[in-house]
Amino acid sequence: MSELIAIDGLTKWFGHIHAVQDVSFTVERGEVLGFLGPNGAGKSTTMKMVAGFLQPTSGTASLCGFDVLEQPIAAKRRMGYLPEGAPAYPDMTPTGFLGFIASIRGFSGSEKNKRIALAVERANLKGVMHQPIETLSKGYKRRVGLAQALLHDPPVLIMDEPTDGLDPNQKHEVRTLIEEMAPDKAIVISTHLLEEVEAVCTRAIIIAHGRIVADGTPAALAARDPWHNAVSLTLAANPAPELVARMSAQIAEIDGVLMVEEVEESGRRRLVARIVTGANALAEIGAQARNRNWPVAEIRLEHGRLDKVFRDITTAPRAAA
Amino acid sequence: MRTVWTIFRRELGAYFVTPVAYVFIVIFLVLAGTLTFFMGNFFDRSRADLQPFFIFHPWLYLFLVPAIGMRLWAEERKTGTIELFLTLPLTTGQAVIGKFLAAWVFCGIALLLTFPMWITVNYLGSPDNGVILASYLGSWLMAGSFLAVGAAISALTRNQVIAFVIAATICFILTVSGTDMVLGFLTGWAPQPVIDAVASFSFLQHFLAVMRGVIDLKDFIFFASMILAFLYANAIIVELKKAE
Repeated sequence: MSELIAIDGLTKWFGHIHAVQDVSFTVERGEVLGFLGPNGAGKSTTMKMVAGFLQPTSGTASLCGFDVLEQPIAAKRRMGYLPEGAPAYPDMTPTGFLGFIASIRGFSGSEKNKRIALAVERANLKGVMHQPIETLSKGYKRRVGLAQALLHDPPVLIMDEPTDGLDPNQKHEVRTLIEEMAPDKAIVISTHLLEEVEAVCTRAIIIAHGRIVADGTPAALAARDPWHNAVSLTLAANPAPELVARMSAQIAEIDGVLMVEEVEESGRRRLVARIVTGANALAEIGAQARNRNWPVAEIRLEHGRLDKVFRDITTAPRAAA
Repeated sequence: MRTVWTIFRRELGAYFVTPVAYVFIVIFLVLAGTLTFFMGNFFDRSRADLQPFFIFHPWLYLFLVPAIGMRLWAEERKTGTIELFLTLPLTTGQAVIGKFLAAWVFCGIALLLTFPMWITVNYLGSPDNGVILASYLGSWLMAGSFLAVGAAISALTRNQVIAFVIAATICFILTVSGTDMVLGFLTGWAPQPVIDAVASFSFLQHFLAVMRGVIDLKDFIFFASMILAFLYANAIIVELKKAE
């Protein structure tokens, strides 16, 4: 069975607030699903329901074929869960805390020690094992949470903002760890860092107002950007406005060019030529720039930006979503 | 069973890593001793028994036991660890029982540390040790009943102070429900069966019966069923309120 996580019609009402509306998706072994959305979109609520902490108003979630409500123990055994904020008992040391988790997970003796040692190594916790968790830095606390979730090497890993509060090096370590584990697990991470999705996720779901509004690979989502495959010309310092207007007109006449936009970003002016889907006008625009001696500092192919797509999708009016 | 044992060990350990356990035990021992010797007139009575010691237990427990119980669930909610705890492979029942047993055993440890009382009374005279044993058992069961109330209330809130105040109030009502203060309030308008029912819920009456050496199984069953009833309520409250 390759579908390790199956979510069907998950819905949650908090009083009159429809927090999550009919969310369905599946995650297969080897997939890293990025769960994206603005704050308050229903990301954490959905993850809590998948983890079996919150009871959905309707809909089902199952892990490795076990329904989280019908067979909670079997489902939870197969899941590692890092809740939002990586909570851990503040008075305990990582040694005591991981020992407790290992015992609850049913490990004892040398197997328990081996599991803890491996989780400590993976989460890079050496050196702080005997300090109370409340005295640890935010980064270490997060890693204690990660170690706890990985300890039993679960087939399903659900992590709510796993890199929140980590510095860039630690973020890189955690992403490397996720990539290493990915081939034999189904992993769901929620995040609002788009670079993280591009770095580690094989698939991304964008959720807004409690609904799934987009589902695809990060590249496919980025391709929704109208600037996907557009040709961008960064202009050399302050060309005359007439010249810029003439350039625009000339580019617009090139085959495959849909329209030309003039934009200004951090003091540099750019002309961006949107391209008809499937066409390729980069070579022709480059040739013209050379032949006509345009004041161009850089010519570049745009790939589309996930953050722009994210903004467009999540700020769209509710009805459209 | 293993899971309950693991939870029990973590919870009991949690009392002793902070000063809470030591402060509680010291205060309990000092108060129990002071009350026995000064207010209980232990020596003046010239009787070899521990009645002046046990008689104050309901009143001591009234504010000390809710202090033990208040953190059980409120703290988990406050720190957010409840989300981690309840997504581990364990049932709510195991969690409720493991936590309760840890706190109850902790109360038991504090109670056992009053053994110098028992030594003293045996040194001074020849008391009925059967009654003393029954009183200790009754006292521990009563502490368990207070604790079960405290644990259930603790699951209602993330604020430990609120948990403490509400639990202490409920414990107070349960303690005095058989006294004239409460029954006098009901007499005259409430039907007799209601008055009897209220009276039968009095922790004080049941404990006094045990303490006087009237060893009746029904007093022990009363406390045991109070514990079970409140633990059941505890589990339901945890299920309903865990995510709020």
